[in-house]
Amino acid sequence: MIVEIGHYALALALGVSVIQAVVPFWGVFRQDRTLASVGSSAALVSFALVALSFAALVTSYVRSDFSVGNVVANSHSAQPLIYKLTSVWGNHEGSMLLWVLILTLFGALVALSRRSLPPRLRAGALAAQGLVAVAFLAFTLLTSNPFQRLSPVPAEGQDLNPILQDLGLAIHPPLLYVGYVGFSITYAFAVAALIDGRIDAMWARAVRPWTLLAWTFLTLGIAMGSYWAYYELGWGGWWFWDPVENASFMPWLAGTALIHSTVVMEKRDALKVWTILLAILTFSLSLLGTFIVRSGVLTSVHSFATDPARGLFILLILIFFVGGSLALFAWRAPLLRQGGLFAPVSRESALVVNNVFLATACATVFVGTLYPLLLEMVTGDKISVGPPFYNATFVPVMVPLLLILPLGQSLAWKRGDLLGAAQRNAMAFGIAVLAALALLFFTRGGPVLAPLGVGLGIFLVLAAGFDLGERIMMRASGWRAMLSRARGLPRSAWGTAFAHAGIGLSIIGIAAQAWSTEAITVLKPGERLTSGRYTIVLEGMSPRSGPNFRAEVARFRVFSGDRELAPVEASKRVYTARSMPTTEAGIRTDGLSQAYVSLGEAQDGGVAVRLYDKPLILLIWIGSLVMALGGGLSLTDRRFRLAAPKRAAPTAAAPQPAE
Amino acid sequence: MTIAQPTRPLPAKRRFTRKQRRLTLIAMAGAVLSLAAGLVLFAMRDTIVFFYGPTEITEKGVLPGTRMRLGGLVEAGSVQRSDGKRVTFAVTDGKTSIKVGYDGLLPDLFREGQGVVTEGVFEGAGRFKADSVLAKHDETYMPREVADTLKKQGHWQPGAAGAPAAPPAKP
Repeated sequence: MIVEIGHYALALALGVSVIQAVVPFWGVFRQDRTLASVGSSAALVSFALVALSFAALVTSYVRSDFSVGNVVANSHSAQPLIYKLTSVWGNHEGSMLLWVLILTLFGALVALSRRSLPPRLRAGALAAQGLVAVAFLAFTLLTSNPFQRLSPVPAEGQDLNPILQDLGLAIHPPLLYVGYVGFSITYAFAVAALIDGRIDAMWARAVRPWTLLAWTFLTLGIAMGSYWAYYELGWGGWWFWDPVENASFMPWLAGTALIHSTVVMEKRDALKVWTILLAILTFSLSLLGTFIVRSGVLTSVHSFATDPARGLFILLILIFFVGGSLALFAWRAPLLRQGGLFAPVSRESALVVNNVFLATACATVFVGTLYPLLLEMVTGDKISVGPPFYNATFVPVMVPLLLILPLGQSLAWKRGDLLGAAQRNAMAFGIAVLAALALLFFTRGGPVLAPLGVGLGIFLVLAAGFDLGERIMMRASGWRAMLSRARGLPRSAWGTAFAHAGIGLSIIGIAAQAWSTEAITVLKPGERLTSGRYTIVLEGMSPRSGPNFRAEVARFRVFSGDRELAPVEASKRVYTARSMPTTEAGIRTDGLSQAYVSLGEAQDGGVAVRLYDKPLILLIWIGSLVMALGGGLSLTDRRFRLAAPKRAAPTAAAPQPAE
Repeated sequence: MTIAQPTRPLPAKRRFTRKQRRLTLIAMAGAVLSLAAGLVLFAMRDTIVFFYGPTEITEKGVLPGTRMRLGGLVEAGSVQRSDGKRVTFAVTDGKTSIKVGYDGLLPDLFREGQGVVTEGVFEGAGRFKADSVLAKHDETYMPREVADTLKKQGHWQPGAAGAPAAPPAKP
């Protein structure tokens, strides 16, 4: 019964979304306020229905209702409750339902948001959002129905794919989806602005919190996915430039550009057409990512079995929304009033440079990801594009951007002083260069680029810190005055500093991986293996059983030089339902570095063991967290909580140096 | 030889017109984009890796020393281990098989009779030195290239790679 209610609610949600997509458009067209405002209630109802449907699926999973095909394929009665819950989105059908849930949630949030949006803009945005919901609800109902009943009812389920039975992966999809799908709101606002034919600083102010929210969650989602791949796959890699990873990275790059361009639009009423285009492109890249992942057209290390029919459906959705919005853009963008002029040396120019570089970097990832597909269609040759390609293209584009980032950060709006900005960053730069030189000296014979990368990271962190420090200490004497200045600084200034410092921290972590070492051997109890700074001694092996798996656990003592760290356990598990083996790596955190142990096959009294020394690797994810914290801080900025200014009377660009 | 004409001195603080600014912007964007395009074209030449099935290696005349990806089925009974981390196995498409040597730990879902993709260097004479064996996340997943390779040699059984499709939430 519950299952049928869920299915029915989902079908109803499709109907309501059609209303949400059509009626407000018609209202805007007919200048009828009542019709235009239908979008809000439709969005709320549609969210309530999808939430009901999602709750029904969750209930079936928690109760292990094996009359539902989706539950049978992805759950098992012996699973711990938490994994029964996360099984809901640990499969294609359920994760599409989560997709739609988040999509309608964002629609409902727009409907509820108290900010005084111009009614036409709100109506248009809700209608566009409704249209996206229609497409994905239809996709879910027609190709990926999670509520399919089975008859006869099997006695037991087939279990969730064991490598997904993990807390990291439990929270990774929701985070990532909030990011991915969150960009649908900026897309909807862009479409609404194009239909409306007007756009101003107020539009930017309305869109910016949504962009920040989506970006923050996408950052967390990507970081979580990367950490999961690192510890769960057992081969110590954290990023493979794999199509599935790039699928989430491209919207992130475009979204980062969008965050910066909306600032220019908000403060200086410029860069409007580009911002609209960027908003469209960012969500288009999210859709492209969904297509890449769901269709399996690109071979990925993260691929699972896929269904070509679904791929075709998503391709059609992709073509409709990307093509439709770009056509709308080509038709309506010339109507948008051109923005103001700006001086070549100014904060806004620096942000334009940022956008040029980020868009270019995103384009290199795009080419690398899709070129194999194109080549295969044209010549039939199959190729793979791996890390060497991105090291030769993406990295050279990003490095200059990061090098000049601190300069842009300390330039003033309207008319900046390049020399002054350079002077303000001279100290940070000097310290970073000294640090890089010292590292080069102490690691002679090692990789040359690593110390330079670490130096770049240090430069970014210091420059962000000094910039913030300077603002706090400006014209303030005594710590009391400084404290009040620190409190008085706009949250977005803190956000900027944290986000930029976060990139710096991540870069230090990434660069340091050039010094990571690996050793593989067969160990018998009592034998030792050394890699880099770490030595492990195999103490013994013992069998163990979990709720739905059997494991062979190896215990190791871990030494860093002469210092003994806490022991570590690595294991090989076999999940009984699928008789599928997995490797559980043993990881000992030592400061910011990690010793990483993973097991191979057992053989003649010993076991194959791989040990990595991963210096400073935690900085990669700590940096991502700091970046996301920056996004969150910006989101709490005062100006997003206050009523926005009236339309057509945008406040003069405030001289306060925010962003 | 020509001598450059002395140009009219510019005013010290020249204001850019809208057009000039736009041109500057386009020039800058163009410069960055063409730089990136250059990098991409350059990288395409020597960083991309072609995928071949065992039979294709001879058909297409792959030269020894070429870096490539090799995919097919792990031939039953061909996996041999020596001194712990050294593994040899044969990759077959039903018609031809290639001997692969690999130093390292094999991924969890590496099994005889199942699809595999390895990356490394073709050494000639039916031998391949792999430096990575690609893992998969799902035991029913068959890399598309491998499926195509098998289809080409007529050894593809639909459904063999199939059963319940269970893609995860990992986008």
